[in-house]
Amino acid sequence: MYKYNDFDTAFLAERNRQFRAQVERRIDGSLTEDEFKPLRLMNGVYLQLHAYMLRVAIPYGTLSGRQMDQLALLAEKWDKGYGHFTTRQNIQYNWPKLGDIPDMLDALGEVEMHAIQTSGNTIRNVTADHFAGAAADEIEDPRPIAELIRQWSTDHPEFQFMGRKFKIAVSAGEKDRAVLKAHDLAVRVVRNDAGEVGYQILVGGGLGRTPMIGKVLNDFLPREDLLPYIEAVVSVWNQIGRRDNKYKARIKITVHEHGIDDIRARVDERFALVRPTFDGIDQELFADIKAHFAAPEFKTASTEAFDAAYANDTMFRSWADTNLHEHRADGYSIVTISIKKHGDTPGDATADQMRAMAELARQYGHDELRISHEQNVILPHVHKSDLPAIYAALREVDLHTANIGLISDIIACPGMDYCALATARSIPVAQQIATRFDELKLEHDIGHLQIKISGCINACGHHHVAHIGILGLDRAGVENYQITLGGDATETAAIGERAGPGFAYDEIVPAIERVVQGYLELRDGAEETFLETYRRVGLAPFKAYLYPEARANAA
Amino acid sequence: MARAFTPKVITANHLLDGDVIYMTDTGEWTRLLSEAVLLTDEADADVRLLEAQQQPDVVVGAYLADAKVGADGTPEPTHFREEFRRTGPSNYFHGKQEEAQHV
Repeated sequence: MYKYNDFDTAFLAERNRQFRAQVERRIDGSLTEDEFKPLRLMNGVYLQLHAYMLRVAIPYGTLSGRQMDQLALLAEKWDKGYGHFTTRQNIQYNWPKLGDIPDMLDALGEVEMHAIQTSGNTIRNVTADHFAGAAADEIEDPRPIAELIRQWSTDHPEFQFMGRKFKIAVSAGEKDRAVLKAHDLAVRVVRNDAGEVGYQILVGGGLGRTPMIGKVLNDFLPREDLLPYIEAVVSVWNQIGRRDNKYKARIKITVHEHGIDDIRARVDERFALVRPTFDGIDQELFADIKAHFAAPEFKTASTEAFDAAYANDTMFRSWADTNLHEHRADGYSIVTISIKKHGDTPGDATADQMRAMAELARQYGHDELRISHEQNVILPHVHKSDLPAIYAALREVDLHTANIGLISDIIACPGMDYCALATARSIPVAQQIATRFDELKLEHDIGHLQIKISGCINACGHHHVAHIGILGLDRAGVENYQITLGGDATETAAIGERAGPGFAYDEIVPAIERVVQGYLELRDGAEETFLETYRRVGLAPFKAYLYPEARANAA
Repeated sequence: MARAFTPKVITANHLLDGDVIYMTDTGEWTRLLSEAVLLTDEADADVRLLEAQQQPDVVVGAYLADAKVGADGTPEPTHFREEFRRTGPSNYFHGKQEEAQHV
């Protein structure tokens, strides 16, 4: 993991000192809200529906046990004993007091964490594949690239007051687990025909009011050109991106309006100017960063304990079948800890649960944890012989839910229970769907099915790229939920199609049940997933299940 | 023709803790919607909103929110957003609903 050097530590301390003084001046009346707001946003502080909210970056989703312990401390000391992990590998605290936030930031600084650029019109927290460094299908660990981008983008003078925010994701796997194509810019580590490693650059993806799938801007960028090239892209957009309309300000609209070829030509022109200003220090830095991410020493040991538990303990087997993924090292597994117990708030973990996960990471997982954009926690490097003990420990803190990738593993934004922008609630809809399908005991039979819920068109809940997406709106003063079907957040990314008229709050769960019932009847055997069935049969047959009255009327 | 004025309360968030607050008849701030003044005159509402906006050391983001007279004669929300603001989130018993229990 990356360790701060003296510069990083001093930079963060100075930034926290400045923000503490800004908070003091706001409270004593020297700063107005208009003056203070951009300053607090740059430091991750929002004012939400009921309270302030502090959004803390978990760069590329990586945490040590000590850092997770500190997140627990913040939850307990300055919040209500829990934190909410988000779709952008951040953690949010929903109840901090303004005067306490400087202390919270200092506490984060003690463990090399911060809230810088988790909000505002800046380059946001750089996200990455949550299986980075552990996945069997990747070319290399993409996190050094993410860290390099983090350092370059932090306080970058050209990119502090842009027309809108800018989100970057990084991945090196064949599979896309980082929703690359829904980001303003994505870096995919690839190998060319000559066997050289370089980067494919995607640009112009995004969700929100106008969802777009990212397009390839550069098929193979040499490694040493990465930072100047990204700088050229952001710079071009910062110059020509629209500032007249918030909803047209993101780079996806710029790319859409100008066309990818025009953007490429502009980027190339800008790159020619920017490239000579990078004299190689970035590559020295990159080499240094890479050393921090050296893989752990994987051991060779018997997996007998795992095999025995798998054969004899049906609960363990169910969890292992659902929550484990293939690791690149023999005898190892990637463990996903579900923080989506049926009926609980997706992405929330209590301070006790955070500490328990930190302890498991220290004891069995090379002191590493990951946060996924799917709002779960991952132990990336676990030897299989340790899995029975881990499962037993997870049971003690109620973190043993076996539902990864299933219908109750729902992404949900905070929605109108917390968010000032929301137009409807998300969390209770997620809770009710998960509870309902748990009662029906159908979810393992249904198989891989992703439901994602957003409480407004900004789409923090990724509903556009869900197999079943739910968008909560305010229709004439009443909560109303639109359903989209057939979205895909992976390398075969697709925007879901709107199914038809929306549903009232008390109609949405039965509507989802009808869609799923439809899938079970339409699928070509238990092996065909929801998305495969949808791609085979299209929207129409699902609509018949979703709107039975329309079918009756047409008959 | 301009739309008829509907009754309003003045609401904001408190600077220090972000909690939802409402203006009372005497121009003070309360944490309870039931203690808010229901404004039925548009000119009066506009003047009072200006007063609220001139207290940046106490309030953030003051605005007029639609309200109606409830069964007990005190203001009640007409929109679900304001209902959540005066109650708290629905997934945990936190916020105002929790505080009300301690009164």
